[in-house]
Amino acid sequence: MKYLDEYRDGKLAQKVVNEIRKVQTRPWVIMEVCGGQTHSIVKHGIDFLLPEGIELVHGPGCPVCVTPLEMIDKAHAIARQQEVIFCSFGDMLRVPGSEGDLFSIKSQGGDVRIVYSPLDCIKIARANPDKMVVFFAIGFETTAPANAMLVWRAHQEGIKNVSVLVSHVLVPPAISFILDSSQNRVQGFLGPGHVCTIVGYSDYEPIAERYHVPIVITGFEPLDLLQGTLMTVRLLEAGRNVVENQYARVLGREGNRAAQKLVEDVFEVSDRKWRGVGNIPASGLQLRSQFREHDAERLFDVGEIDTKEPEICISGQILRGIKKPHDCTAFGTLCTPQNPLGATMVSAEGSCAAYYTYGRHLKKEPELVSIAAPSPGGVA
Amino acid sequence: MSPSSKEIDAVVVQDPLEPSSKSSAMPGAVCPTPIFDHKQVVLGHGSGGKLTAELIEKLFLPAFTNPILERLDDQAVLEIGGSRLAFTTDSFVVTPIFFAGGDIGDLAINGTVNDLAMSGARPLYLSAAFILEEGLTMDELRRVVTSMQRAAASAGVQLVTGDTKVVNRGKGDKIFITTTGIGLVEGAVNISAANARPGDVVILSGYIGDHGMAILSQRENLEFEGEIRSDTAALHGLVAAMLEASPNIHALRDPTRGGVATTLNEIAARSKVGIRLNETAIPVRDTVKGACEILGLDPLFVANEGKLLAIVAPDAASAILERMRIHQHGTGACIVGEVVSEHPGMVLMKTEIGGTRVLDTLFGEQLPRIC
Repeated sequence: MKYLDEYRDGKLAQKVVNEIRKVQTRPWVIMEVCGGQTHSIVKHGIDFLLPEGIELVHGPGCPVCVTPLEMIDKAHAIARQQEVIFCSFGDMLRVPGSEGDLFSIKSQGGDVRIVYSPLDCIKIARANPDKMVVFFAIGFETTAPANAMLVWRAHQEGIKNVSVLVSHVLVPPAISFILDSSQNRVQGFLGPGHVCTIVGYSDYEPIAERYHVPIVITGFEPLDLLQGTLMTVRLLEAGRNVVENQYARVLGREGNRAAQKLVEDVFEVSDRKWRGVGNIPASGLQLRSQFREHDAERLFDVGEIDTKEPEICISGQILRGIKKPHDCTAFGTLCTPQNPLGATMVSAEGSCAAYYTYGRHLKKEPELVSIAAPSPGGVA
Repeated sequence: MSPSSKEIDAVVVQDPLEPSSKSSAMPGAVCPTPIFDHKQVVLGHGSGGKLTAELIEKLFLPAFTNPILERLDDQAVLEIGGSRLAFTTDSFVVTPIFFAGGDIGDLAINGTVNDLAMSGARPLYLSAAFILEEGLTMDELRRVVTSMQRAAASAGVQLVTGDTKVVNRGKGDKIFITTTGIGLVEGAVNISAANARPGDVVILSGYIGDHGMAILSQRENLEFEGEIRSDTAALHGLVAAMLEASPNIHALRDPTRGGVATTLNEIAARSKVGIRLNETAIPVRDTVKGACEILGLDPLFVANEGKLLAIVAPDAASAILERMRIHQHGTGACIVGEVVSEHPGMVLMKTEIGGTRVLDTLFGEQLPRIC
């Protein structure tokens, strides 16, 4: 199919892999930042195609994963209220809080709905004037414009029964946080293609310079990821700590100005807590005060929420690329997508959940590698 | 097909369902079933995935256990008075009740006809039970019934008994239909999800994901370029033609809820074999592929209502395939994989770009992803 099959061509993929092999002279650790990239890498088995010594570690870019447990509990407390229609992106529904998930709240009579666009909330609010429609506005820079548009339109059109529970996070502070760690192993980054479609990549240039790391803004299809890896390895081998753009068919250096303006109008930068990581200064967004009438946190007093994360979970280290899912003793046993113990297992895009979904808890990685070896005359 | 399996014989993968002494090295394998902790029924219990399986294994099977039920096929095959009768039941609760390519009426006929057909049976008689919600318009009900009438006539089955109940407005969702069917298994046919053998070939009858994406795009008002239509169809004619070509069909399933991936996982587990698929061989329409990409869904887990998966003896494959391709419901039939003795209970897929992926059963329903 057009614009899809071209980026999944097995022969081209092999060519790129051969090129990486040619260019590479020593081992490198590269982090893909975005959860969508992690998902694609594991789904297509891209990491198994790469030459030995090119290690992909999975970054903190799964917005569902890094949403703090307190915020999930807050969302659940709001969703349980009778006068509320609670709307969310689909993958948030199975994320457990301290007591159950949004699906179980729905089974207990809560009005919980999956929306595909935040703007669907406007329609729902108009159809249900006696209810408060609360949208769980989470995500990185990618979802911020659409979420901002919901608030902006509700405000403009005087729709009082729309509010948002905001838990927005930003990528660059998270990258700096990873690089500031004394345990850091990451030497180069596959930058987040969709985030940069909105914000451009000029913010990544000072990071590359300051921390001496190359960053290649990369797409999400298998060939995007392989080409991004090749570009990163080339920069690493040449010792060039700059930002390059693999995803040029979608984005430019400046990003989408209109979207940026909308986000700036509605949100302001704030400190945010990241699940599994902790507080990172100036790493998130909150509603500007003129939109406070649409702020669900202000509208609903859900009392003090006290949460406790299981001590066994190492998601904090996994999110920073220090460890991998297999390094955790709970992975696939105590901790599964149906009973996640921490950030990286809660959403399909978390690295633990991606490993689990694609069956990697069932066997060790080396065994999968040997299956991936070309098998002439294999299945027709 | 088989030469390739030699090269990878060295790969030792244990049955994930049967923990062994080695399991301490593989944390995942010591947990044969997921942790079960639901105080209430959630939608995922009806998804056809792990939650459904859990409900069956932990509640229904222990309560009603008997050798026929334990086969866990989509139908029971009963020996009565020297005849082999296939017997099955299915409920239909789809929303919306009318969708591109079909409606709840033809779905209710075709679904039960197909469950019978997947044992190799000739479907004969159906019952239908209607649960109607107060307020359903007579026009809608008439449309559904007319559609059932047409589907039954076209499938050559008679609806011979039934029941009607009406519930208060708000206590149902317009209309729920349960159909039960019986059919006759003739000749030396022995088809079961437990009968797949290493060396067998996996045949798929055509494009996957059409039904699920047709329903989803209509239910959620998602507009895609090019309409996606449900593939609902009765498949017993196709099965009869296949059996005519060769009786060496070991397993047959229609990949409905949970899609191709879930169905093949069931066959792999029941037959204690591994299944290896080739992603490039699996036919998915561009519209379905595109819609799935946009929503972050995987067509391998999306429901079909007019497709079948056949596990057949390798020397019978080409005759069966040839015969399928001249049948109206099998024009897109193709070989998508093979059955192997390695990694019993697991389905592996060679991805488009040459990587390897394990296709596991999903926990509950597929959820659209955020970005």
